[in-house]
Amino acid sequence: MKKIILGLVAATAMCAPAFAQEVQPALLYDLGGKFDKSFNEAAYNGAEKFKTETGIEYVEFEVSNASQREQALRRFAEDGRNPIVMAGFSWAESLSKVADDYPDLKFEIIDMVVEKPNVRSVVFKEQEGSYLVGVLAAQASTSKKVGFIGGMDIPLIRRFGCGYVGGAKAAGATDVIENMTGDTPAAWNDPTKGGEIAKTQMDQGADVIYAAAGGTGVGVLQAAADAGKFGIGVDSNQNGLHPGKVLTSMVKRVDSAVYDAFMDAKNGKFEGGIQNLGLKEGGVDYAVDDNNKALITDAMKTAVEKAKADIIAGTVTVHDYMSDDKCPY
Amino acid sequence: MDFLDVVVNVLNSTVRLSVPLLLACLAGLYSERAGIFDIGLEGKMLAGAFAGAAAASVFGSAWIGLLIAILVAVFLALVHGFASITHRGNQIVSGVAINFIAAGSTIILGQAWFNQGGRTPSLPSDARFNAIVLPGADAVRDVPILGEIYSGLLSGHSLLVYLAFLAVPFTWWVLFRTRFGLRLRAVGENPAAVDTAGISVAWLRYRAVICTGILTGMAGSYMALAQNAGFVKDMTAGRGYIALAALIFAKWKPVPAMFACLLFGFLDAMAIRLQGTPLPVIGRVPVQLMQALPYILTVILLAGFIGKAIPPRAGGVPYVKER
Repeated sequence: MKKIILGLVAATAMCAPAFAQEVQPALLYDLGGKFDKSFNEAAYNGAEKFKTETGIEYVEFEVSNASQREQALRRFAEDGRNPIVMAGFSWAESLSKVADDYPDLKFEIIDMVVEKPNVRSVVFKEQEGSYLVGVLAAQASTSKKVGFIGGMDIPLIRRFGCGYVGGAKAAGATDVIENMTGDTPAAWNDPTKGGEIAKTQMDQGADVIYAAAGGTGVGVLQAAADAGKFGIGVDSNQNGLHPGKVLTSMVKRVDSAVYDAFMDAKNGKFEGGIQNLGLKEGGVDYAVDDNNKALITDAMKTAVEKAKADIIAGTVTVHDYMSDDKCPY
Repeated sequence: MDFLDVVVNVLNSTVRLSVPLLLACLAGLYSERAGIFDIGLEGKMLAGAFAGAAAASVFGSAWIGLLIAILVAVFLALVHGFASITHRGNQIVSGVAINFIAAGSTIILGQAWFNQGGRTPSLPSDARFNAIVLPGADAVRDVPILGEIYSGLLSGHSLLVYLAFLAVPFTWWVLFRTRFGLRLRAVGENPAAVDTAGISVAWLRYRAVICTGILTGMAGSYMALAQNAGFVKDMTAGRGYIALAALIFAKWKPVPAMFACLLFGFLDAMAIRLQGTPLPVIGRVPVQLMQALPYILTVILLAGFIGKAIPPRAGGVPYVKER
């Protein structure tokens, strides 16, 4: 009986495109790949959640080089996929070319702003989430020196770094060592170099290291765990990678951004415009689960919750690096 | 932190960063000295890294991982050999093909076997090559300078690091002191002469690419089983190409190859260390410059400023017996 029902569900899902009002969502990942345990995986999780809840299938595409972007986007648009969600700032250029040609389709881009009537741009206030993990890092550090390792050197990643420095310094860190892995997209997938940078930072005295570097971060967290120090994950909840060795993760709700886009389109409520999601909107946060509960002491919890409340209330503003390309901390 | 600590840390980092380059560079040396250009070092390292990590996670043993990594890399080297020795195909094309095969198949197989998006499960520490503490390292730690160098710099690396550096004199000995080495060099310079002497050119070249396979397998294992704890897609990140640059830089000689790799590793370590820190006198050095230096040096060398790099004369030319 269960099989029959499952079969029926599957069949319904497959016929779905036949109904005009049904959505045919599409999701495009960025370089780094679907299962990067980080940014793209969060997007995937959001889409999967939508699929299990509604039974509506979606199509997806992973780019392997930059020249595929516009082509992939156009192909989905030609197929009438709607909405088309793009995870990653690098899609902006292709999207601004394609969006005008398909005024009836709905697009969503995550991490970048593209101002078109049929595009919803979702950006996160990463500086706010990074500020919180910075507070935790400084509190957990015994040397009061903490590290930051970014992936490719771009303003977006500098924004993570800047918020982190702000939080760490506010909570008593004396020194924040900042490194970027490289200047090319290969910097998102170089765990060896990430691990090496982490070791260098630990040699310099850092004992908590925050990695905002996609796949490179895997190497950073590994090196920190090997040395008995703490790593901090990013985008997805990475606490489970090395239980007890990952202090926390700065989670960015890319999954909800994808889920909401699909859901809104399904309910006919999809609107264009800019969504800027910070702590207040629940767009970013720090992660606590069974893997790291023991690492966060009551004092740390109090401090970080206070910082969170202050930011939400507006008494503390975290500087946005991308507003003036400077970091005042 | 005092100056010596900084020096030891940077040199430590240099050693770790140069080992994969060194192994790949020596691998290329065997093959290119025998007249087979090998642009597929990158692919063989990547495949070795994947195979090593996959085997180590399934069998829970770093040694089995190393063995499988070597087998897979040797297999790919033989594919390259089959195309370019037996079938006299274009060596560059076949090498590039191997890079593509490795980049694609590791992700597909990894996804099919482990369901982690081409990543292999994170390895526990007993399935990795861990740091070895040399005898007496802890005892002499407090001896000034020498103790620091012995315990901080020489001790505390994984087994593969020591093997890589031992491979340098070994390679020198094989190439310049054994009959096999003499023939190997001859086959890269003048295969017709070797053939006239009644020695099989094809078999010699096959043996050379097998050596290449073994060393690239070790390079891949080092990355996946010692530096990291598992495989991540594209984790070699172009090191196979830098190794080729080092090989040219070293003029196809084993000992200079070691220094070239150490130099490239050192530049990398300095780039990491100096990021964002201003230096006395010169001020802030752009990291991009440090990262580009290996390539700049190679180009300068190729342009003929630091002596002349002459590749083995029969390199890249398939041997055709006259009939």
